[in-house]
Amino acid sequence: MPLRLERQESVPALGLIAAPLVALVFTLIVGAIMFVALGHDPIRAFTIYFIEPLTDPWTLQEMVVKACPLLLIGIGLSFCYRANRWNIGAEGQYVAGAVAGSWLALATHGTDAGPWVLPAMLVLGAVGGALWALIPAFLRVRFGSSEILTSLMLVYVAQLGLDYLVRGPWRDPAGFNFPQSVTFDDVAIMPLIFEDGRMHAGIIIGLVAVIAATIVLGRTLIGYSIELAGTAPRAAAFAGFKESRVTYGVFAVSGALAGLAGIIEVAGPIGQIQPSISPGYGFTAIIAAMLGRLHPVGVLIASFVLALTYIGGEAAQISMRMPFDVTRVFQGTLLIAILAADVLVRYRIRRVEGASHA
Amino acid sequence: MRKILSMAVVLAAGLALTGAGQGGAQAAEKLKIGFVYVGPIGDFGWSYQHDQGRKAVEKEFGDKVETTYVENVPEGPDAERVIEQLARAGNKLIFTTSFGFMEPTLKVAKRNPKVNFEHATGFKREKNVATYNAKFHEGRYIIGQIAAKTSKTGTIGYIASFPIPEVISGINSMMLGAQSIRPDMKIKIVWVNSWFDPAKEADAAKALIDQGADIIAQHTDSPAAMQAAESRGVKAFGQSSDMKAFGPNAQLTSIVDDWAPYYIERVQLALDGKWETSNSWHGLDHGEVVMAPYTNMPDDVKALAQATEASIKSGALNPFKGPIYKQDGTLVVKEGEALPDGQILSMNWYIKGIDDKVPGQ
Amino acid sequence: MLDVAILGAVLASVVAAATTLLLASLGELVAERAGTLNLGVEGMMIIGAAVGYATAYSSGSLLLGTLAAILAGTLLSLVFAGLAIWLAANQVASGLATTILGLGLAGLIGAPFVGTRLDAAPTLHLPVLSDLPVIGRMMFGQDAFVYASLVLLAVVAYGLVRTRTGLVLRAVGESHVAAHALGHPVRKIRTLAVMFGGACAGLAGAHLSLAYTPFWASDMTAGRGWIALALVVFSAWKPMWLLAGAYLFGAVSILQLHVQGFGLGIPSQLLSALPYLATIVALVAISALKRGQGAPASLGLPFVPDR
Repeated sequence: MPLRLERQESVPALGLIAAPLVALVFTLIVGAIMFVALGHDPIRAFTIYFIEPLTDPWTLQEMVVKACPLLLIGIGLSFCYRANRWNIGAEGQYVAGAVAGSWLALATHGTDAGPWVLPAMLVLGAVGGALWALIPAFLRVRFGSSEILTSLMLVYVAQLGLDYLVRGPWRDPAGFNFPQSVTFDDVAIMPLIFEDGRMHAGIIIGLVAVIAATIVLGRTLIGYSIELAGTAPRAAAFAGFKESRVTYGVFAVSGALAGLAGIIEVAGPIGQIQPSISPGYGFTAIIAAMLGRLHPVGVLIASFVLALTYIGGEAAQISMRMPFDVTRVFQGTLLIAILAADVLVRYRIRRVEGASHA
Repeated sequence: MRKILSMAVVLAAGLALTGAGQGGAQAAEKLKIGFVYVGPIGDFGWSYQHDQGRKAVEKEFGDKVETTYVENVPEGPDAERVIEQLARAGNKLIFTTSFGFMEPTLKVAKRNPKVNFEHATGFKREKNVATYNAKFHEGRYIIGQIAAKTSKTGTIGYIASFPIPEVISGINSMMLGAQSIRPDMKIKIVWVNSWFDPAKEADAAKALIDQGADIIAQHTDSPAAMQAAESRGVKAFGQSSDMKAFGPNAQLTSIVDDWAPYYIERVQLALDGKWETSNSWHGLDHGEVVMAPYTNMPDDVKALAQATEASIKSGALNPFKGPIYKQDGTLVVKEGEALPDGQILSMNWYIKGIDDKVPGQ
Repeated sequence: MLDVAILGAVLASVVAAATTLLLASLGELVAERAGTLNLGVEGMMIIGAAVGYATAYSSGSLLLGTLAAILAGTLLSLVFAGLAIWLAANQVASGLATTILGLGLAGLIGAPFVGTRLDAAPTLHLPVLSDLPVIGRMMFGQDAFVYASLVLLAVVAYGLVRTRTGLVLRAVGESHVAAHALGHPVRKIRTLAVMFGGACAGLAGAHLSLAYTPFWASDMTAGRGWIALALVVFSAWKPMWLLAGAYLFGAVSILQLHVQGFGLGIPSQLLSALPYLATIVALVAISALKRGQGAPASLGLPFVPDR
């Protein structure tokens, strides 16, 4: 096939912005086809999915609540992915952080502990997530094991560990033996920003993370070493950036942010620890990281877009009896379109004369 | 870009207005009822039966009601949002059909005092939050007796989901029923740690059958175990819905959750303006628990089952009547007395005769 | 506790449980030997399960259902191939996107069939052989998918090592630049390898929905696609080791249920975690023993001619 991908000399800035938009339009077209195939009015469906959630202050707050964990985890993942360390186990690190932080909440429950509890919980959450992420990092450095698979397997282990704790030692004694812990004391709950609504201080932490990550990744030596480790590992080694240090570093950051997201979610919207604390945030955050092109601000925008699809999807289920799978098709299509658009912006497809092989 | 944005806002505003207009005109007429399901209505189990109840409500009240449902709602922060969305969409009576929706329901109920909530299998109530449950263990007693009469190996294979009181009391009730016929009945229990995992349930059924159980009972939602029993030629009891289609030769009976009587009753109260918080725990007598037709068994076993069912319905027989001994031998219920409801609802111990440990103890 | 009669039944169950994994991971092994890391296996499996069930139920033919499943998996794999091979997009992201898309599409396709059931695929019954103690049912009492998986294993094992096609495939996986210089159509070969992977994953899905638990349920693959990926690494990309790995994983999954039936009171969560922990241990052991060896050198690297 006489086609060839040619890297463009310079990618116009317009192209970089256009790519996600083109992807969005493509997804909308595919979505419209899907809606019609399912027998729904596409305009009404799009309105409910994408526009209505933006018009109500309550749903806007819900978007923030939903985007918060995606944002935190996504930023962490972008550290890893820039360095070509494929951390797929963020879901497990999220759980590990939630467990670590919840331990303190339960240990101080009922005592008249001061306001130090919540910050301490958050720190524990970050530490817990970081430690859980350091396992696949260690296995990679020491044994060369694929971090993709080890981090993924640890997700299941973490979830089962949480299940065991909540059904056993951490069960609420007054809870009729049901698998949930006591409701956290007020000192152990994330403060709300507005009176009516669920938006909590976690988003402030998220925004701080965006700023910090942008600075670190863009302007510090550490950020540079991460970038180099990902794109030119040999050069990085020559420059003296130890590969193992980069691995441990990015996994620790990624795990810490995921763990932080976990404890924030548990201490915030949930308010207690129970077996199901995540509808797959650790995996959806991968999409957020990719959509955001591994840049913290991009991840911020992508998290909100994804949160919008979730909330719109629920609204569609309620108003239009649209199944949840439609949301999944949307997200998958969006990611595919973004990946394709990204390539097409950076490269040109050229017809080549003469015999050329693929 | 700005143009598109402004068009979008106008479009949204227009739709919102028309929506509001519609809502206003009909609010006086129809009662909007919402249902939140933890699983898919196609699980042919727990959520499916709740949806059947919803359909019964629609059939019974026709134009007077408008029902909505959301399925596959995970028990976590998303649940609160979904319930809140239903409340905001104008639903005045909302059924949340899983234990894990308890805290979310309470939180939403606090913010929406004019909306009434019905929470299934929970234990916290408010002025606008009622709880309801069904005495499934009554059905377990009956199938225990059937099992004792039918099993050749004397071993029941029990596929359990999670070690919560409802499941544990179900296991105990079945054994009590079995022991009333055959004191040395045995039981093997496997926990699949899920309400719905067909492959695992099928694996669990096969493992139990391989270990000598020739009667399969389940407290999980899919018909996989029934199918496995059918393919292995052993007998089984269905759960939540009549699973005869999946086990034409295997199913002896099924404990069917029939929420229609309760739902219709509560909707009627709401329509009459007489809805109040309550705690409902009915069983065979009220129709929330229904036994699927007894099949694939000899007539005398059928007669026994029917007689026991009648006794429980009339109140003459209580599955948790004394004497009941715990595994360690302590007498929990004296002869002539019955276990109080509170203890059944919080049960976390096995009766004597079960050679296993309750997980998490 | 474990006597001879149970042993035979357990072995038969293990083989059946392992077959789904074996089918999916065989396909992935071929794709990875050619240098593509396809994280879309889960999506291809579930769409095979959905399409396979829908077709079998509507047509009444298990064979037609199986073929449809294979086709569905192959078609979805083209999405991945288009992105990762032809557009040289990031393979991890492409695979994930394919999986999410596959999960959603499968749910939509399967939705009308929820609550229905099929008769399970028939199992073999040979007069004397199937009744042999211990090994009878395991070897001679299985359904067609099991035997197909073994045939496939033989084909892949032989094909990779002893045929020219296999040699070229491996060359592409080891060094796509060199293979390209030698005149081999790298991207075409990779695409074919990925399509084979998709076909196998679709077949694995059909095994689930047509033989193992013959009805459709959302998300019924329950993460088996990810396990298949792990198994490929565990096997050090060698087909015979893949057989061992799949059966090992199947064994741990089945045995943990049996152990529960013994009533020992071991926390069920620990038992449920065993297969995953075992995989990690195996991964580490393999990596430690074969440090640096094993993975096709060009695995995961996108190929653009003349870049």
